[in-house]
Amino acid sequence: MVEKRYYQKEIETMPVEDIKKLQSEKLVKQVKHVYENVPYYRDLMDKKGVSPDDIKGIEDLHKLPFLTKADLREAYPYGLLAKPLEECVRIQSTSGTTGKRVVAFYTQKDVDLWEDCCARAIVAAGGTKEDVCQVAYGYGLFTGGSGLHGGSHKVGCLTLPMSSGFTERQIQFMQDLGSTILCCTPSYAAYIGETLKEMGVSPDELSLKAGIFGAEPWTEEMRREIEKSLGIKAYDIYGLTETSGPGVSFECEEQSGMHINEDHFLAEIIDPETGEVLPEGSKGELVFTALDKEAFPLLRYRTRDICVLSRKPCSCGRTHIKMSKPMGRSDDMLIIRGVNVFPSQIESVLISEGYQPNYQIVVDRANNVDIFEVNVEMNADQFTDIVSEITSMEKTLAEAMKKVLGINPKVNLVAPKSIVRSEGKAVRVIDKRKLHD
Amino acid sequence: MSLKQLTIFVENKKGALVEITETLANNNVNIRALSIAESEEFGILRLIVNDNDTAINTLKDNFLIKTTEVVGVKIGDAPGKLSTALKVLDGAGINIEYLYAFMTRTEKHAYVVLRVADNKAAETVLENAGFHLITDKDIDKL
Repeated sequence: MVEKRYYQKEIETMPVEDIKKLQSEKLVKQVKHVYENVPYYRDLMDKKGVSPDDIKGIEDLHKLPFLTKADLREAYPYGLLAKPLEECVRIQSTSGTTGKRVVAFYTQKDVDLWEDCCARAIVAAGGTKEDVCQVAYGYGLFTGGSGLHGGSHKVGCLTLPMSSGFTERQIQFMQDLGSTILCCTPSYAAYIGETLKEMGVSPDELSLKAGIFGAEPWTEEMRREIEKSLGIKAYDIYGLTETSGPGVSFECEEQSGMHINEDHFLAEIIDPETGEVLPEGSKGELVFTALDKEAFPLLRYRTRDICVLSRKPCSCGRTHIKMSKPMGRSDDMLIIRGVNVFPSQIESVLISEGYQPNYQIVVDRANNVDIFEVNVEMNADQFTDIVSEITSMEKTLAEAMKKVLGINPKVNLVAPKSIVRSEGKAVRVIDKRKLHD
Repeated sequence: MSLKQLTIFVENKKGALVEITETLANNNVNIRALSIAESEEFGILRLIVNDNDTAINTLKDNFLIKTTEVVGVKIGDAPGKLSTALKVLDGAGINIEYLYAFMTRTEKHAYVVLRVADNKAAETVLENAGFHLITDKDIDKL
């Protein structure tokens, strides 16, 4: 049997009761730290009538107010800072695609803890100091590059700070320097796989064994494709700039959910509509409380990611709770005929049915009934001259979607590249129901 | 032996047919025959033209287009002739997905385009029954 390896064994395999005790102690301190140093959050607590004394352990977490992306925008740039700037050593930032950017501040201790989390992920993916770790996440304000870079150093891997892009050069380095671990976004990993194929390089000619991919949603089907095209085992990693960056949670060899680094991050699942905390195993919005962060300690931050938490024992020996791959974003969620529908579900059906994930959901309402259509670009080789063959492909796809969604969409196959893309990104959802007017 | 048909996916939106026919006209492609099949949401345009390569090259960037092998058969221009040909196919157990026909200026014949599952089988039984098949070369001469 292969010896199980951890980066911080004692913490990663700590009995659940001890983790909860540790979380309770840290939470009490953290709430005091935030209340004393962050006027913005103090006001929220005062308005809710909660004082730090009311928080005696994790069982009192639900009393605290939530923070949302809107709070981060309003408090931009320094409003949620909990340490004097002279004690901060780093700023990272989100891409700002949904509006004003979010900037997060780090003390040296914050950076260390973040890098520890990434190191745990690398070790969980089989990384040791013998490995050559190619970091092809973007470097810069984006947390992907620096997070995995720091983690790779901590593990002692030979670190290749490639950043993203220059794909042929990435492959050249893989060939010349024998990279064994690749860290990047899953879409870039898939792209590298395609480029390998175009260049006529077989994955057998490379030394790659593992990939740590995150920072964007991806499906199981995509995982299998990447694993095949690069000849590796692909591990998911999760995080967000607001809570530090990648490494908030990561996959082990089981590849069945990501262990949340619970000594640093306290997770909850809430009903996105009511804010009510849901029992373990429920599907809902993931909320994080940073227990150790000094400079930018967000309490009850609503991630908008929808997932499920599970405390089922894991064969890897890690005791930290696992989160499922995010199934969508609470703000992407559509309620159609009373059923929650996420674009990511449609995407995963398309891939498993052999279509490209180029689609558009159109929702409308007529006579108080929701009309739910999905336009899907067909592949050129699927096109036939017989109408009934195309309509039967549409029916098959609609049935496959119904199995996953629970409601029946009308599927329309359309020509390749006919779905309008703005700035390269397709508009996934058109909701014509004017429900809020 | 068989005849090449261009098959084009046309979404039910304004101006699509105009765009296709205009593009062909601007590139000097002559349409010999056409038929459209439609569902609620889309149509499939089937064309027999005098220059397949030019048609494909000028349309492929904006339209989903492919060539389909179909059977072309010459039918006498008189009542009952089409029925005789169809009976031959029926007798051989060959199902027809679709068909369309066109007249020519030069000959006293109708040309019928047939889409069947097995072109070879259809061609053989038609020829054995005395029908004259048409090919891309016949279309070029029109």
